[in-house]
Amino acid sequence: MPPFVPARRHFLKGLAATGIASLLPAECRAASAEVLSGTAFTLTIAQTMVNFTGTARPATTVNGSIPAPTLHWREGDTVTLTVVNELAETTSIHWHGLILPYEMDGAPGISFNGIPPGSRFTYRFKVQQSGTYWYHSHSGMQEQTGLYGAIVISPATETIVADRDYVVQLSEWTDEDPLAVFAKLKKQSDYYNFNQPTAVDFIHDVAHDGLGAALDKRAMWNEMRMSMTDLADISGYTYTYLINGKTAADHWLGLFQPGERVRLRFINSAAQTFFDVRIPGLSLTVVHADGQPIVPVSVDELRIGPAETYDVLVSPSQQAYTVFAQSMDRSGFACGTLAVRAGLSAPVPTPDKPEPLTMTDMMGAMSGPVAVHHAKSEYGASVDMRVDTPRTNLDDPGVGLRNNGRRVLTYADLRSVEGIISDQRPPGRDIELHLTGNMERYSWSLDGVPFDESTPIHFRYGERLRVIFVNDTMMSHPMHLHGLWSDLESSDGQVQVRKHVVVVQPAQRVSFRVTADARGYWPWHCHLFYHMHGGMFRVVVVA
Amino acid sequence: MKKRLLLLVLLGNVPSAKAEPAMDHQHHNMADMSAEDMEAMEEPKHPAATPKPHQHPVDAEPEPHQHGVDVAPEPHQHGVDAAPEQHQHGVDAVPEQHQHDVGVAAGLHQHTGHTAANDRPPKDARDPDAYSDGYDFGPGIAHSHKEEHPLAALLVDRLEGLGTGSQSLMTYDWQAWYGKTADRVVIRAEGNIDAGQFTEARNEALWGHALTPFWDTQMGIRYDAGAGPERSWATFGLQGFTPYWLYVEATAYIGEQGRVAFRIENEYDLLITQRLILQPRIEANFYSQDDAGRGISSGLSDFESGLRLRYEIRREFAPYIGVEWSTVPTVNHIDSRTDTTRWVAGVHFWF
Repeated sequence: MPPFVPARRHFLKGLAATGIASLLPAECRAASAEVLSGTAFTLTIAQTMVNFTGTARPATTVNGSIPAPTLHWREGDTVTLTVVNELAETTSIHWHGLILPYEMDGAPGISFNGIPPGSRFTYRFKVQQSGTYWYHSHSGMQEQTGLYGAIVISPATETIVADRDYVVQLSEWTDEDPLAVFAKLKKQSDYYNFNQPTAVDFIHDVAHDGLGAALDKRAMWNEMRMSMTDLADISGYTYTYLINGKTAADHWLGLFQPGERVRLRFINSAAQTFFDVRIPGLSLTVVHADGQPIVPVSVDELRIGPAETYDVLVSPSQQAYTVFAQSMDRSGFACGTLAVRAGLSAPVPTPDKPEPLTMTDMMGAMSGPVAVHHAKSEYGASVDMRVDTPRTNLDDPGVGLRNNGRRVLTYADLRSVEGIISDQRPPGRDIELHLTGNMERYSWSLDGVPFDESTPIHFRYGERLRVIFVNDTMMSHPMHLHGLWSDLESSDGQVQVRKHVVVVQPAQRVSFRVTADARGYWPWHCHLFYHMHGGMFRVVVVA
Repeated sequence: MKKRLLLLVLLGNVPSAKAEPAMDHQHHNMADMSAEDMEAMEEPKHPAATPKPHQHPVDAEPEPHQHGVDVAPEPHQHGVDAAPEQHQHGVDAVPEQHQHDVGVAAGLHQHTGHTAANDRPPKDARDPDAYSDGYDFGPGIAHSHKEEHPLAALLVDRLEGLGTGSQSLMTYDWQAWYGKTADRVVIRAEGNIDAGQFTEARNEALWGHALTPFWDTQMGIRYDAGAGPERSWATFGLQGFTPYWLYVEATAYIGEQGRVAFRIENEYDLLITQRLILQPRIEANFYSQDDAGRGISSGLSDFESGLRLRYEIRREFAPYIGVEWSTVPTVNHIDSRTDTTRWVAGVHFWF
């Protein structure tokens, strides 16, 4: 199947890096995502030529744009979405974080059969929630090639007052065929990492810290055959980072008037990138996490994992600010501007120096009787490491953000407001799953078993259960359970915050509760796209 | 592909390898833990109670209201007996001992926060299929990320010209594979071409299988062409990385007329910068019998050691220069040997 044979070609230009974009007629500039509202929508998926880097490349678009149109819904409405497939391959749209009948969930082969080329499918469901969500393809490589858009759902009664309301959708683009990216990682898993320890670094460390310290720093990692700089499998070497479909050079602009309160709905629609977001000069008051209201918390910076959303309020008073989102491995950034008028800009920070992973990221707590139960399938070629003493600290912002002098959001800061988590039953049982992988082989799994060798996980309809994730790898994994909420527990086992994506840091153990109140088949996977593709995926059966 | 990190074996004395009893680097201990064993343990205990697949006619208006009624997978009947003893464990194991006060456990400090892979599962290890309660996917499962698709790769490790003043020849050393993560067909070839003639050509067709996290077994056949009589061998090998990222190809061969041979190759990638890489390499061949027709003496038949400096213009394409020393004992041990030092220039590339 030729992946890039377009059924219909559009052309849109998304780059001003070369300076020529401003000379192009308006219709060739980046088509900003249109905003669609109401209860009936037609979304046409097609191949469209885009240009983010100076080279025109085919993308998968909805109604011709990257991101796809922003959909405005109202809580309580029943929405009808007709998806037309003009691609040469099967497609699908998954409504990320939405509570709906499983046949409307949009995971081909699990919820429905997918949408074949040249045909259409109509989704219809009642909107039972409000907040910031998003949608994306669950087929092939289409999410990486542009098929993602924002969903903004107005509540019956709005409690957050803001004068301006912007979606800030983060993502990344590669000119490469995503299948080629995956193949490169399979053949050389550190292909995109140009931050590896070198002999020059070693000599530096010897000069600074002495030979013993320099050796110690590397000994364990090399003995384990692990990399302390594997912060992101895919870097700015191939990625161009985007805010609302605009490159750093093409600057997304959000306007405000001094004294106004601005709501920014951050959505991480990147396939493989954690972003560290800050707006120098502004305090970010986080009011929603994954679409659900939380007790407001003010921070300088937040890390947003793939598929997470955070709504923040800011009160700008100066003329211009930079919205700065650096990738976790510091190999690049997306940025935009908040300003009182077009043409103004604020200084753009330089990315921080990348920090290597620490022993905490490899070994967890390194002591203590933490109940860990490895699966017997973790003792094979698919698992390169197991953590026996994971850490349970939710107040760790993660590698690269520790002690950086800024107040950084952590999971320990997130608390759902009263009434959000209504099921107060204690969990009836525990399900422990280990996040596993083999970095050298670039294979990913749960309990050492990749998706194609797995059996489903059964939740009994109506039960309240506890899920325990132990991350036996040295990467953070944003784990997304479709159709059911993940009510994160604090490290002492109290229900704390409702989420649809739970990021599990390296060597960390987290637990959350699930109420199995939606029958059917639900995907459960790592939202790092290439980890999902590499096997970190399960199907949950609620029955 | 070969990993490139800073070599500490050469610099330090591998201190923690000894101080870390929990880490088991005896990869070969896993030899009896075969793929079949793994598959067997992952086999669902009961095929069972498959939920009905739900067909969606494209274009048809779905009927969301009926969801949950007609699609509800049938109640399981295997919850208890599905996965005998392990099941209990997976479900009930942790409940009350939610010990999060990890730092408090003074006195219990162990230096083993993690385990390198390779060791055997403990008796009470969880059954990964226990949570299924006997449910299967049913015929509907066809998610595009479910099946692993095979890949193909070619790595030309060395393609180089050798200069020794009077003569020159080309050396090649490549490996190609096709397959999936755990099982692949591997073709390996190494040889010399002198004035358009193969003087030495070792060709291997192998089945590679992931044995442990960092080691593959490679079994198949080897066929030697070039100058002298042709030879065929049955091949048994290991390929992978030792701790500290030393790349190893170790292969034993059994040939006709009771010939036995052994070949070992080691490489190490020392990053000087992100793209400039110094690679020490050794290769040694041992034979049980003299083979005068092919210029092979029994015992250590030849030994090469080299140092190559390559620059990765791209990850996939790196020209290099280097020097190689080789020792070839003369056949029949007439108390002499040929030592050669050669400058080499070549390319390392893959796709």
